[in-house]
Amino acid sequence: MNKLVVKNGRVIDPSQNIDCVCDVAVEEGIVQHVGPEINATGCDVFDASGLVVAPGFIDIHVHLREPGFEHSETVETGARAAAAGGFTSVCCMPNTKPVNDNATVTSYIVERARRNAIVNVYPIGAITKSSAGEELSAIASMKAAGIVAISDDGKPVMNSRVIRRAMEVARSLDLPMIQHCEDLHLSAGGDMHEGQLSTRLGLRGIPRASEDVMVARDILLAEVTGVRYHVAHLSSKNSVQMVAYAKAKGLPVTAEVSPHHFVLADSDMLPYDSNYKMKPPLRDTSDVAAVTEGLVNGTIDAIATDHAPHPGDEKMQEFERCPFGILGLETALGLSLESLYHNQKITLPHLVALFTQNPARVLSLDRGTLKPGAPADITVFGLNHNWTYDVNRSASKSRNTPFHGYKFRGGPVATIVAGKIVWQAG
Amino acid sequence: MNRGLLGIEELSRTEIEQILSRARDFQPPPHQPFKRFDVLRGKSVVNVFFEASTRTRTSFEIAARRLGAETISITASGSSVSKGESLVDTLNTLGAMRPDAIVMRHAASGAPHFLSRYLPIPIINAGDGTHEHPTQALLDARTILDRTSSIEGLRVAIIGDIAHSRVARSNIHLLSKFGASIVLCGPAPLLPREMSSIATGIELTNDMRKAIINADVIMMLRVQLERQHEASFPAGEYFQFFGLRPEHVQLAKPNVIVMHPGPINRGREISSEVADSQRSAILNQVENGIAVRMAVLERVLAA
Repeated sequence: MNKLVVKNGRVIDPSQNIDCVCDVAVEEGIVQHVGPEINATGCDVFDASGLVVAPGFIDIHVHLREPGFEHSETVETGARAAAAGGFTSVCCMPNTKPVNDNATVTSYIVERARRNAIVNVYPIGAITKSSAGEELSAIASMKAAGIVAISDDGKPVMNSRVIRRAMEVARSLDLPMIQHCEDLHLSAGGDMHEGQLSTRLGLRGIPRASEDVMVARDILLAEVTGVRYHVAHLSSKNSVQMVAYAKAKGLPVTAEVSPHHFVLADSDMLPYDSNYKMKPPLRDTSDVAAVTEGLVNGTIDAIATDHAPHPGDEKMQEFERCPFGILGLETALGLSLESLYHNQKITLPHLVALFTQNPARVLSLDRGTLKPGAPADITVFGLNHNWTYDVNRSASKSRNTPFHGYKFRGGPVATIVAGKIVWQAG
Repeated sequence: MNRGLLGIEELSRTEIEQILSRARDFQPPPHQPFKRFDVLRGKSVVNVFFEASTRTRTSFEIAARRLGAETISITASGSSVSKGESLVDTLNTLGAMRPDAIVMRHAASGAPHFLSRYLPIPIINAGDGTHEHPTQALLDARTILDRTSSIEGLRVAIIGDIAHSRVARSNIHLLSKFGASIVLCGPAPLLPREMSSIATGIELTNDMRKAIINADVIMMLRVQLERQHEASFPAGEYFQFFGLRPEHVQLAKPNVIVMHPGPINRGREISSEVADSQRSAILNQVENGIAVRMAVLERVLAA
């Protein structure tokens, strides 16, 4: 059976300004029609009564760890975690081993995804060879092999001249550039946000300014080069202001935020628990308020998880020895509903846009919409059902999350990729 | 459940007073041999030192023995740690041997706090990274109280590399709980502004003379080259601007107490004249270390 009708859900598609209870008809993996009372004779039916039906969610910032770190995650397990979080597409960062800095690695990831992934996987290529920040990688051939953006995520390009050249190349190829903004000299050795708490705990700080100075530099260079520039997992109040400044100037600058940065502040950390250790670090409550406001007023375009799996033995160490990063795919929607929707910060269509239309626009993906003819990627979620996150039942290979045991109100119910139900809440 | 001693910050003033008062019972009277106590007979204490230490480790060993406990010390260089075993595995292995308490020093801030969430055995923190060194603050308080009746209202100058000092942090928490006024002083890169808000009653200055004027207590900190990850202050200028010399001591109250957690670097943070002067309480600190650690071990172990 290759016909499916998703019936009686509240269909929210910001790309078409749709917000009404109706049906979605799918055939051969393509959206046919959105409308009321669609005749479902001869079709599979998914009853979405009482649920929200949205275009498939897109996470433009994940780490799938394959090739090279398959003990942490694989394309297959990461994709299953994505589906369990309501995501139908993910964009994976190039910090694999080897680094995705050439078309061979890109093709390998694309092939692994084709065979093993139950959601769409889009690779992001490295800006520089081995992400060493010196020589440009094979950007054009990676684009031909399927990358949708370039980034040296985690190892930001420190040399301003190199990043300028990379921006020029990206601009010429119409590839967006994503930067993890961190001046590595300012942040060197740091383990958490530099502030009163880091001072008290005797942990070295990562100053807010380490993010701010690179956002500032890159916005100025984006103006020089005309590149489509995207700030990854923004965390600082100053960065939000600078992105707003760039947008006001009409520059093609966009930004994303990760759920943990609008849900948690450094003061929420369980001291020395590495499940709260990530880059950028959890900042203080004024930053949490500022990034939330940035989402509300549209300065921030997208929510992206920065899903960063690490195996237990690497996270079960002295805080300063643990790697940075936490899981994100399975909790993103629940956290966003809690902090943004139930708290009445933003409307539901706006929340859906942050996961669909907006990230699709940032990386020019032909998804994030239920327009007829679009790939039939659909996320079905509930607003009020109570559930508890049990990371021990996660589809991910790793367990590093501060949200184990969190009680959520609303979250993913079913994930449909190309017209096929790939995940349903159990 | 895990009733160890991880830091001063989480202790109440009353709890600290109990330890300090009990420590007095363990101080040997002048010119007499120390007494042996039996309160911890049959108990065993493992000292695990992941970071080099002579005085603290020895002090804990003596304290445990004077209370009748058995004690074993393990240092990182002679243990499985140097063979690449993880902290959790090392401590689980030790835990399986069922000691009654673990005394632990580690170069990483929070290492004992992290372990105490997984290990049912009480952990006594003998210094974690740049975070806390609770028994040092307790022995410093005991030393001050041996010479003066109360800590409340005293003006205490803590001078040196504040940023990297666990001695400073533990002392700040203790002194603040007792209502002392605390002046922190050091080169600007080693004196984060946030230090002024980690407890109440703290002021900051980069001028050593300002810090010392009218001080009742001067605590000098060791210049910890091993914890500095960059050149924060020209080493050659350190003694000139932040080394304690007789002319500084004259700015303080006449009965000022000069302290140092040791080991001292003569001619770097303190001059020999001051270190060996009447005002110096450095050797009293060492002596009180044993008494205070006996009180801590008894509190943790004698259930």
